Amino acid sequence: MTVAPAIEAIDIVKFLGDGAGRVQALKGVGLAVSGGEMTLLMGPSGSGKTTLLSILGCMLTPTSGTVLLGGQTITGANPEQLAKIRRENIGFVFQSYHLFPTLTALDNVRLALDVRGDNSARAQQKSKEALARVGLALKMKSYPRELSGGEQQRVAIARAIVGSASIILADEPTAALDSENGHAIMVLLAEIAKDRERGVLVVTHDPRIVPFANRIVRIEDGKIVGEERAETKANSKRGRSRAL
Amino acid sequence: MSLAPKLAFRNLFHDRLRLIATVIGIVFSIVLVTIQMGLYVSFERMVTVMIDHADADLWIVPRGTKCFEDPSLLDERERFRALSVAGVASAAPLVIGFAQWRTPTGGNTPIFMIGSDPRDAKLRPWNLIEGSADALAIPGAVAIDRSYFDRLETTRLGDYAEIGDQKVQVLAISNGIRSFTTTPYVFAAIDRARAYTGTAANKASYFLVRVTPGANVIDVRNRLRAQLSDVEVLTTGEFRDRSANFWLFGTGAGAALFAGALLGLIVGTVIVAQTLYSSTKDHLNEFATLRAIGSAGTYIHQVIIYQALLSAVIGFTIAAVIGWIVVVATADTALPVVITPLMTVMLLLLTVTMCVLSAVAAILKVMRIDPAMVFTR
Repeated sequence: MTVAPAIEAIDIVKFLGDGAGRVQALKGVGLAVSGGEMTLLMGPSGSGKTTLLSILGCMLTPTSGTVLLGGQTITGANPEQLAKIRRENIGFVFQSYHLFPTLTALDNVRLALDVRGDNSARAQQKSKEALARVGLALKMKSYPRELSGGEQQRVAIARAIVGSASIILADEPTAALDSENGHAIMVLLAEIAKDRERGVLVVTHDPRIVPFANRIVRIEDGKIVGEERAETKANSKRGRSRAL
Repeated sequence: MSLAPKLAFRNLFHDRLRLIATVIGIVFSIVLVTIQMGLYVSFERMVTVMIDHADADLWIVPRGTKCFEDPSLLDERERFRALSVAGVASAAPLVIGFAQWRTPTGGNTPIFMIGSDPRDAKLRPWNLIEGSADALAIPGAVAIDRSYFDRLETTRLGDYAEIGDQKVQVLAISNGIRSFTTTPYVFAAIDRARAYTGTAANKASYFLVRVTPGANVIDVRNRLRAQLSDVEVLTTGEFRDRSANFWLFGTGAGAALFAGALLGLIVGTVIVAQTLYSSTKDHLNEFATLRAIGSAGTYIHQVIIYQALLSAVIGFTIAAVIGWIVVVATADTALPVVITPLMTVMLLLLTVTMCVLSAVAAILKVMRIDPAMVFTR
């Protein structure tokens, strides 16, 4: 039996702007992200990466084309329905973290469950577990200003995974980090991507994170121009272990 | 517990300066409304205080009487005709009018006389702290209010003065019978009041009617209206409303108080709306993040409404304390600010309504948020 991709974009066209400023950001793009793999979407500035990410993240609706989530089309959903789809299926990791400065790390993570209407003691426990998974068990009560950039991004990752999202969309997750922290974050995302129930799509133009990907998709001028399978660091290690 | 109230609280207290501006706006608005409405209630009570304290079911008043303090005269014959109407138990005359009070040091000050029959007084001084209302039966006896001691140059019970060249003695002292006109009320026996005000012995300002037990007041009023000519017959409620309407709206005083209250509300709403809107704009990134991670529109609205409600509670609490201080400070003045429990509840509801309405602009702003903006910030 073929398992449907966690999320799939089919022949997506997107025009942005109006009148003379109207531009075609995506020109018939197709992309599928499956559970258990990390896909990198790479391309230069203005290539349409963020537009595609916004459409896959159910934040933008395409001018034409179809987005399938778990095999189900989401075409025609209104903003509230799209919000529901996001909170139940998609976790986001942003370049600049987008944590709430007035909430602790724990509350920032719990917020992802709270917006679902889950404010039970179990939600609190799940949030603690998510923070522990990203290595911040001792910083739950810290506010974002008390955390380093790498730690803040870990909180953001915990927020993305706490709700058991089937797809994690990460927008330049290492761009604001030094190489050490960027590496640590990618290790974490690669670890998350091993879960067969969860696919990870990372938008980046940072070549240092290529080794973490299972697949690299290149986009230029609104079109997919290349796709390659990659030997990930994780896979390499596994291979070496097996060899040993 | 949901994080929405916590987020609202933190957002609100994150920017203390803006919170202070919001609270000042609410406090300013609510204190202004409280004082204006407090003065309105106080004024309304004061302009009808005599009617409210009179022991009457019906008032026979000269035709065209606008208020209690409108001194026209009725003929005693009307009283006898009233007494012949079925259902009328008594019709006691009351004389009102201006007179001159001559102080022991030779100064003069205008007073407002109220004279009733000491044996069947339907309007006697109340809240007496010294002396007795029965003492008004003594020739030359008067009752005054303690708050007018300075004006009348009186210091204690038993002091003497003159009204219209006739010697009077203070034999009863009340507390709190004040006139909004600042002219002191002076109570006396009706015959003496007639003498002091130059009213003929067969004239009176009003006849205060009590109906017989079991009689319907409205039926008796209608029979009196049919029987008496050139007078008006009003129930106590009707006379009260007429007096209140005259002073509150006929003179424009009430409208001015209402206009002040309305202005306070508008200013408060604008200030709170502006600060909430500005706060929302500052936290737009966070609201967009909430939207991006899938929060429903209602969740974000909740956060903003909680902010508005928190502002309302803080602002109202401070305004209530200031209002209470104003009530205490004005208690012994000519026009005290009065705040009733019902008024307090209404003001709280008004504050909440004002703050929630103020949140509308902010809510409209977040409704237009594009969640995709989180990728570009």
